[in-house]
Amino acid sequence: MRKRRLIPQQAQKIGFAGLSLLSLITVIPIIAIVIYIFIQGTPAISWEFLTGMPSNGMKSGGLWPAIIGTFYLTVGTAIFSVPLGIAAAIYIAEYAPNNQWTRLIRIAIINLAGIPSVVYGLFGLGLFVVFLNFGTSILAASLTLSIMTLPVIISTTEEALRAVPTSFRVVSISLGATRWQTIKRVVLPQALPGILTGVILGLERAAGETAPILFTGAAFFLPQLPHSMFDATMALPYHLFVISTQVPGMPIQIQYGTVLVLLLFVLGMNIAATLIRSRARARRQW
Amino acid sequence: MIDHQTQTKPPIISAEDLCIFYGNFRAVKNVDMKIVPNQITAIIGPSGCGKSTVLRSFNRMNDFIPNCHVTGKITFHGHNIYDEDVDPVQVRQKIGMVFQKPNPFPKSIFDNVAWGLKINGMKGDLSEPVEQALKQAALWDEVKDHLKKSGLSLSGGQQQRLCIARALAVKPDIILMDEPCSALDPIATLKIEDLMRELSKDYTIIIVTHNMQQAARASDYTAFFTMDSDRAGVMVEYGETSHIFTNPQDKRTEDYITGRYG
Amino acid sequence: MEELHSVPAWKETLVTRIIQICGYSSILFVILILYFLLSEGLPALWKADLNSLFSTRWYPTESYFGIWPLIFGSLFVTLGAGLVSVPLGIGTAVYISEVAPSWTKEILKPLVELLAGLPSVVLGFLGIQVLVPFMRRFFDLPTGLTALSGAILLGMISIPTMVSVAEDALNTVPKSYREASMALGATRWQTIWGVTLPAAKSGVITAVLLGMGRAMGETMAVMMVTGNAPVMPQGLQTIILPIRTMTATIASEMGEVAAGSVHYSVLFLIGIILFIISLVVNVVAFTLTSRKTTRSERLLS
Repeated sequence: MRKRRLIPQQAQKIGFAGLSLLSLITVIPIIAIVIYIFIQGTPAISWEFLTGMPSNGMKSGGLWPAIIGTFYLTVGTAIFSVPLGIAAAIYIAEYAPNNQWTRLIRIAIINLAGIPSVVYGLFGLGLFVVFLNFGTSILAASLTLSIMTLPVIISTTEEALRAVPTSFRVVSISLGATRWQTIKRVVLPQALPGILTGVILGLERAAGETAPILFTGAAFFLPQLPHSMFDATMALPYHLFVISTQVPGMPIQIQYGTVLVLLLFVLGMNIAATLIRSRARARRQW
Repeated sequence: MIDHQTQTKPPIISAEDLCIFYGNFRAVKNVDMKIVPNQITAIIGPSGCGKSTVLRSFNRMNDFIPNCHVTGKITFHGHNIYDEDVDPVQVRQKIGMVFQKPNPFPKSIFDNVAWGLKINGMKGDLSEPVEQALKQAALWDEVKDHLKKSGLSLSGGQQQRLCIARALAVKPDIILMDEPCSALDPIATLKIEDLMRELSKDYTIIIVTHNMQQAARASDYTAFFTMDSDRAGVMVEYGETSHIFTNPQDKRTEDYITGRYG
Repeated sequence: MEELHSVPAWKETLVTRIIQICGYSSILFVILILYFLLSEGLPALWKADLNSLFSTRWYPTESYFGIWPLIFGSLFVTLGAGLVSVPLGIGTAVYISEVAPSWTKEILKPLVELLAGLPSVVLGFLGIQVLVPFMRRFFDLPTGLTALSGAILLGMISIPTMVSVAEDALNTVPKSYREASMALGATRWQTIWGVTLPAAKSGVITAVLLGMGRAMGETMAVMMVTGNAPVMPQGLQTIILPIRTMTATIASEMGEVAAGSVHYSVLFLIGIILFIISLVVNVVAFTLTSRKTTRSERLLS
């Protein structure tokens, strides 16, 4: 019984090597992209760049309006999607009976999750901008983004809620608490890290999206910062899109600087979410 | 350790001073066991004394448990199966295994049995060997018109016989059975015991069982294991089943058999 | 736990009601979206000449609204993306789930998640700066803005979805199958292909479907690198020629269109088509793996 089985063993060696090669090909571009953006973009970063207003037709100056705009949009999205999403998830995880209606809700969520972002843009245009007459505004864009973010928040919250052991609930109920009290005081606090992670990841995506805000709230040439939620706003992803495709003579350094800022925004949220997740896992009480 | 064996034939597989470790914890110590070919050897004893661990060491299935390692030897066909240059994959071809919970693949009955043949290089029309294996496992008559049905659609007892057929198809020398009947009802259990008796004419069977009565009625040789004071499993007594059950030499064996503990 | 005082029944009912309404809100939103798409898009069917709609010329300024080049453009680029993402995505998933040692897993999984978080404009931007010039030089073309560039970027974008869903599916395959297989004398490689992958078949197919669905719905990255030429694909040549997708059409033309015009309605009509395609893909994926719904929903987004 010496090692005579060359063929299946060799096949395995080749196969495993092939798989690791595929994984490498998948992953190396990601690392390369991040490094490349850092290398190219860091020279452009300065205090003035981050906090100043743009000038000379966007070709120089700062990025502040776009940064603050993205911030407003993210907050706006959070205001609408987080409470609604968490409540919806609570319904599905804690209240909903196992019937056709609940199945329908699930199908609806899966559907919302799969709708292309540009179709959300169309929807936002039709409902918020035109029908409700909000115009091209932070409000319209935030509402559009929040409906798009809803499925992510609902799914991750549901998973976080389901992860809390049933015994917690049973003990609470047996002590005389109502269902809502149990959820509010026992289940939610335990599920909080998971929920937070999901919310951050959902908002991260909303912050980076361009298509939904294209016709609902984003603008390029704005003389001043938005005053109210009915104003349009500049936003980082849209800004990047325009300066890289539609502004002749745009200095390449500023383009890379903009990419870097957007990347940092997104990476920052990613890292925050990951940290929360791992810390929560370590401190888990079950 | 008391060994009653009167060896007439050379053992087909034997363990010499076998110790099995999980990390630094010695789970099984100093096992010396010579398995007689074409006989049914039962391994009995209370829970947690390492019976399954010992069984799995015979076909190197313990390799998949992280930090599990072995000292001593297990000799099969003249080689120590734990030698550096021994291919565990080939060991498992010659030493098959049937598990506690029947685990047929989510494939058709035919494909379940044929798969073992395919991975061992057999090509072409496999209906002959598949039929043979199913006949040997006493399942052929019940499934011969339904070979395309999923293996999972069978009853528990039938599934286990399918697993036995699957193991038989690759023509092993030894079949290891890890409590094969514990998930089955009494009738299915008896069917499997009859099957074992038939199979022992052509194969060597080593079975771990919790069920003492099963060991008493179905096996030729019995090894009794228990947990020593340092929580390592040891083999206490080993010999012909009739001797062990009517005339145990060690008090621990006697206590277990008469139901005083375990 | 703090002291619990009894809650008035009406309060509990009120809260329950609110939560219930929130739960059903997703159905409401889907209906709303469908409604608006239909109300703005269906009129295109009678406002625009039907012959024009189903022709192969998309030239809105001269009232040619042939949607076929756009549909085929999307299909072509999405299929190309699939050729990139399926081997890479499923391969990586199998590697992570069945082969990779733990330390490798700890590196690979966060990196794939990182890719998932990259905004598509960022990838589109790098596509313009790096991929497109490369295409131009490598294939000696007049422009690197091609279907192939789009396919590569889309492929990258759909990889994270495929990896996560497929890896999940593989992890769900019971250990006992692998054990039984190894006990028969199979190598791990044989076990993966003969037992584990077939057992995870529906999950892997779902992964591919969802990934391709994601690719088809992508807008910005495609828009930035495919050259936006609405022409019908003509054989294999098309890979190195500019092309345009449905999504890019909507995004690039909606800004210049008068509300209520024919062009406006046709763009909404294209939106309806996209909605229906994603509906079909997702319902199929859902039925394939009803129990794994939660994770799929999250990863689709």
